[in-house]
Amino acid sequence: MYHGYNCVVPPDSVALHCAGLVKRYGAVTAVNGLDLQVVRGECFGLLGPNGAGKTTTIEILEGLLAADAGEVVVLGRRWERDAAALRPRLGIQLQETQLADKLTVCETLRMFRSFYPDGPTVDALLETVELGAKRDVWVVKLSGGQKQRLSVACALAGRPELLFLDEPTTGLDPQSRRQLWAVLERFREAGGTILITTHSMEEAHALCDRVGIMDQGRLIALGTPRELVRSLGAEHVVEFAVNAGPALPGAELGQLPGVREVRTDDRHTALSTSELHTTVPALLDLLRRHDATLSQLGTHSATLEDVFVTLTGRQLRDD
Amino acid sequence: MTRPPSLPDAPRLRRAEPSGASHPLVELTLARFREFLREPEAVFWVFAFPLIMSCALGIAFRSRGGEPVIAGVAEQAGADAIVGTLEAGGAFTVRRIPLDEIDRAVRDGRVPVVVIPGTPPTYRFDQARAESQVARLAVDAALQRAAGRADAFVPIQEPVQAVGSRYIDWLVPGLLGMNIMSTGLWGVGFSIVQARTKKLLKRLVATPMSRTHYLLANVLSRLLYLALETAVIMGFAWLAFDVRVHGTIAALGGLALFGALAFGGIGLLLASRARTIEAVSGLMNLVMLPMWVLSGIFFASTNFPDAMQPFIRALPLTALIDALRGVVNEGRTLAELLPEVGILTAWGTVSFALALRLFRWQ
Repeated sequence: MYHGYNCVVPPDSVALHCAGLVKRYGAVTAVNGLDLQVVRGECFGLLGPNGAGKTTTIEILEGLLAADAGEVVVLGRRWERDAAALRPRLGIQLQETQLADKLTVCETLRMFRSFYPDGPTVDALLETVELGAKRDVWVVKLSGGQKQRLSVACALAGRPELLFLDEPTTGLDPQSRRQLWAVLERFREAGGTILITTHSMEEAHALCDRVGIMDQGRLIALGTPRELVRSLGAEHVVEFAVNAGPALPGAELGQLPGVREVRTDDRHTALSTSELHTTVPALLDLLRRHDATLSQLGTHSATLEDVFVTLTGRQLRDD
Repeated sequence: MTRPPSLPDAPRLRRAEPSGASHPLVELTLARFREFLREPEAVFWVFAFPLIMSCALGIAFRSRGGEPVIAGVAEQAGADAIVGTLEAGGAFTVRRIPLDEIDRAVRDGRVPVVVIPGTPPTYRFDQARAESQVARLAVDAALQRAAGRADAFVPIQEPVQAVGSRYIDWLVPGLLGMNIMSTGLWGVGFSIVQARTKKLLKRLVATPMSRTHYLLANVLSRLLYLALETAVIMGFAWLAFDVRVHGTIAALGGLALFGALAFGGIGLLLASRARTIEAVSGLMNLVMLPMWVLSGIFFASTNFPDAMQPFIRALPLTALIDALRGVVNEGRTLAELLPEVGILTAWGTVSFALALRLFRWQ
């Protein structure tokens, strides 16, 4: 299911291209032959659990890490030759950066803005990320969400063509997330390209035009969020659990009408189905025949999370 | 190639207007300077510590013009006569020392000399202490004279009380040099390693920032507080102890600058690879310790054997302190201090160049 736009898209409109990317740390292979293409103007999400190789990948693309093998072309240029010309055209937000505690928001932005030959004014940046009211506050006194918005403002200081964001909303409350998404949405509307990593499927749904799902250093799925969900062939998931008793035969569950896939984890079972309205009554009948009592029953529309679970048999999040 | 997209809040029209930021070197330097001023501990070590130090030492070593010499007399038969003799002239403060405490009193420096009555009397003193030697001579002269020795002549006494020749006059430039060293190393090294552990360095190299600008800004921001530091220390010494700068203020400022650049460069070098605050602290102490001992902050470095002198002369702190004393105490000009300035420049340039090569940005 490789949706690489390779043949369709003229080379000029490719913002980022990498092929055969490999990065090893000792015996561990963090990135294992990754191919990726991001088109200008799109928001591309790298989705995957912790340790999937997302950060390593994005840092190679950002020119901060050297790959062991593979080729990277960013905005038509290569890091080995054109780093100096490339830097001013990119905006980068790193996962673990802590900005200086005792500088104010405005001072921090002035410093970052001074590195770029061209870009919005400091005041305009403050406005973009809605931190105008906090301009004279020390960084250490900002909330998590405000810090992340400042971090994104620093990344926008050079009016980048391509913005790299590494888990920008991890650990933020829902409201702070949405505020940050709004900033990114505005950047996109103005024609910017975004490569974002996340382990939140909600974020990927909300922001991304296309998503690449990463696991163990490889891209295991690629497409728009809708395409990926549709590729399950089942747009609904029925989850249930039964009280103690004999285990339900998996084969019978798989033969229920509409069911495409059965996953069982201890007493919890998830059925992927294309027809919720026929699957659920049939399931209840089956349970009655086996004298099993439901302790839990729920349904939801299939998400990228389900795509990930289907592809790997594991949950996206550890928690 | 399409133009970078403009942010909705920042239309392209604004390009011609000022961005709100100055030259990156200015912004980086200001950022470092502000961070320093907002760190109370740093401010204490740079400003308060040398003041407390010079105050304490100034009081301990203040000139005691015409103060009586302290002499001990062992508590045994004949003691009264000796105490009487010594107290008669008013030149001695006499302390009676019990027999079993004589050795301890001399060792602790409570009395520089103890006279044990007898025929002839015994002087117990510490040969290694100048103060002890002086007291022995004074006591001996007084007792001999009382016993009937006639002076061959009476010399004309001319005690020197001139400002500029006291210990405090000599000490203050040493303290200033020491301060320039420690704040240079700490000020530069600490902040860089902190930025590295917080991944701020990595974030900065992800921008088009010039790496030379970053390193230079760390050294330059030092110069801003160096000016304050020098003014505070010399101003305090002048007000509290009447220590005067005999050379020009410009020469003093110039030297402080060379000193700060040298130690700023060394600070950069020490911080260029360290990953933790602990590691860089250890390195700095390792580098500073020999200079604290050898470079003549508290006593003349010429006290060390001749064989060590070339090494001691080559140390940046020795060069800085010698030159500062030249300007402050002897009124020399920078042109006369070229060798010292040369040593400082060499240390600064070589360590800066090395730091630039070795620096670990991530």
